[in-house]
Amino acid sequence: MWRLEARPAPSRAMSYASPVVALVMTVVVAFVMFVALGADPVRGLQVFLIEPWNGPRALSELALKSTSLVLCALGLALCYRSNVWNIGAEGQFLMGGIAAGGLAMWFTMNKVGMSNWAFMPLAALAGMLGGAFWASITALLRDRFNASEILVSLMLVYVANHFLSYLVFGPWKDPMGFNFPQTVNFDMGMPRMLAAYRLHWGTVVALVLVVAVWLFMARTYRGYQLQVGGLAPAAARYAGFSARSALWSSMLLSGAFAGMAGAFEVAGPMGQLTPHASTGYGFTAIIVAFVGRLHPVGCVVASVLLSMFLIGGELAQSRIGLPSALTGIFQGVLLFSLLACDTLINYRIRRKVGA
Amino acid sequence: MNEFALLIAATLSAGTPLALAGLGLLINEKVGVVNLGAEGMMLMAAVVGFAVGFHTGNPWLAFAAGAVAGALGAALFGLLVIWLNTNQYATGLAISLFGGGFSAFVGVAYVGKKLDIQQTYAVPGLSELPFVGPAVFQQHPMVYLTVLAAVVIAWFFGRTRTGLVLRSVGESPESAHGLGYRVRLMRMACVMAGGALCGVAGAYLSVVYAPLWVEGMVAGRGWIALALTVFATWRPVRLLLGAYLFGGVTMLQLQLQGMGVDVPAPIMSMLPYLATVAVLVLISQNPGWIRRNMPASMGKPFHPGA
Repeated sequence: MWRLEARPAPSRAMSYASPVVALVMTVVVAFVMFVALGADPVRGLQVFLIEPWNGPRALSELALKSTSLVLCALGLALCYRSNVWNIGAEGQFLMGGIAAGGLAMWFTMNKVGMSNWAFMPLAALAGMLGGAFWASITALLRDRFNASEILVSLMLVYVANHFLSYLVFGPWKDPMGFNFPQTVNFDMGMPRMLAAYRLHWGTVVALVLVVAVWLFMARTYRGYQLQVGGLAPAAARYAGFSARSALWSSMLLSGAFAGMAGAFEVAGPMGQLTPHASTGYGFTAIIVAFVGRLHPVGCVVASVLLSMFLIGGELAQSRIGLPSALTGIFQGVLLFSLLACDTLINYRIRRKVGA
Repeated sequence: MNEFALLIAATLSAGTPLALAGLGLLINEKVGVVNLGAEGMMLMAAVVGFAVGFHTGNPWLAFAAGAVAGALGAALFGLLVIWLNTNQYATGLAISLFGGGFSAFVGVAYVGKKLDIQQTYAVPGLSELPFVGPAVFQQHPMVYLTVLAAVVIAWFFGRTRTGLVLRSVGESPESAHGLGYRVRLMRMACVMAGGALCGVAGAYLSVVYAPLWVEGMVAGRGWIALALTVFATWRPVRLLLGAYLFGGVTMLQLQLQGMGVDVPAPIMSMLPYLATVAVLVLISQNPGWIRRNMPASMGKPFHPGA
């Protein structure tokens, strides 16, 4: 008979080992699933783990997806550390994309010429405003009316999705677009790092923000206040740290980051708004944040890992004829395994004799 | 007049999956467990239920399969949350994300398939009544069973000894444990029962309400059901009425379009989600009221012998 016994102090080693163990468990599950589906498991794992790294084009796509994921996850990590359960990054991502896309559309329709370098900061700003605005609704309703941020932020994902549909089926539809629900192709976009690949300088912006958020969390008093509020609300209240300001700052920052990710995605690889600007990055980023231990640098590593899964899913469809939805299953298994392994941070397994 | 009767009928049908899932979540929350995985369990059950309905043509087998799928998802959740003390929010989210992926994966084979299952049954005699007949008595039997379920659950938690013990587990697991009750087993049983109800709700959507399989077809109903438990202040019959209210909002958008009100369809589709937000705001603004009604240990882990 085995039982869990609380550790005297959380195990630091387990906290780092847990994501690795979880990844190994996910790979084992993937192996078994490939066998069960009648696919060659070695080929399957190769598609998910190795091919996303194969060649400069693959690397560019991997970095692009990681950029969107890490931006969303950075804000979520900040929220979860502050005990604010924002699960609507997807909606904030969309509103950021809509803001930046609208701006690019307006410039294009009014023939405002502009270099990509001049456009990038404008797109980033529009995206941040759009995302922060959307997050501010959740923060306001939580702050003022005590409404659950979990449910409100999630409901707003659906609202944002329908709002995007409204725009591209209605007022923003390309008049010359044969009635397809999409905007015009933008004249400007994100400045690319190399002309031949879609990778753009937004990735560098994201990495700078990773460092900034790390500095904020680890080196500023404000960041410390947020985290105390998350770990021990009573202690934070006693110390006079405002829970309200923790809510507002984490929500607004998280909305701004997710909005920027949406802006980069719409202005960069997409180049126009369509009803499918939503790709689930906001939800995958939740997994990224947890796998990355709610730490900015950890989020970078985790975002690359989850991007591999996303690309692997797309490749699985074309290379071995398995549905790309496999990715969703693997993501879920990864998060389950991680949560289960995380138990061993605070508990250890002991053998009970008798009983 | 006849149109109004049909609107009521459609409202009852649209409210049924919300009520079933909401009742399931209410059972969870009564013993102190919040399961954010409702959406995922409903999606898994919807695709499994559709598949069984498609191959057997029997809606009851489809509901049973949906219930099993929901209960299995909930069992995984319960194992992590109750025995491994993982965070309830994060684990529920994991179920929702996993359910989305699983259902999309399994559902690939069923996209565009049609079900050969009867959707409504006329109650003999009563369905001939003017107005009331078409409004209430030409439904799938599951609609009436849902009403029965709400009443039974209200009676169970309010009037039986077992229900009282379960409520004490939700209010103070430590005291219940101290009295010698098997807190974790009881929580697990309620989590699985709740998952089974969410599963029936999912199967109802794909087998009776739609009736077809579309990826992501639950469309946030699992989350709306979570909001409903707050709205109902954890009372089953009030939850049932809330579910019909939301069903009505869903139907209202179609009705308004039918009447030629000129609002674009995507804006109309926002209505149920905006209504959920509005209701949450209205209900939650009195924290004292919520605190008085909410099971006290909701969301908190319980580790015996700590």
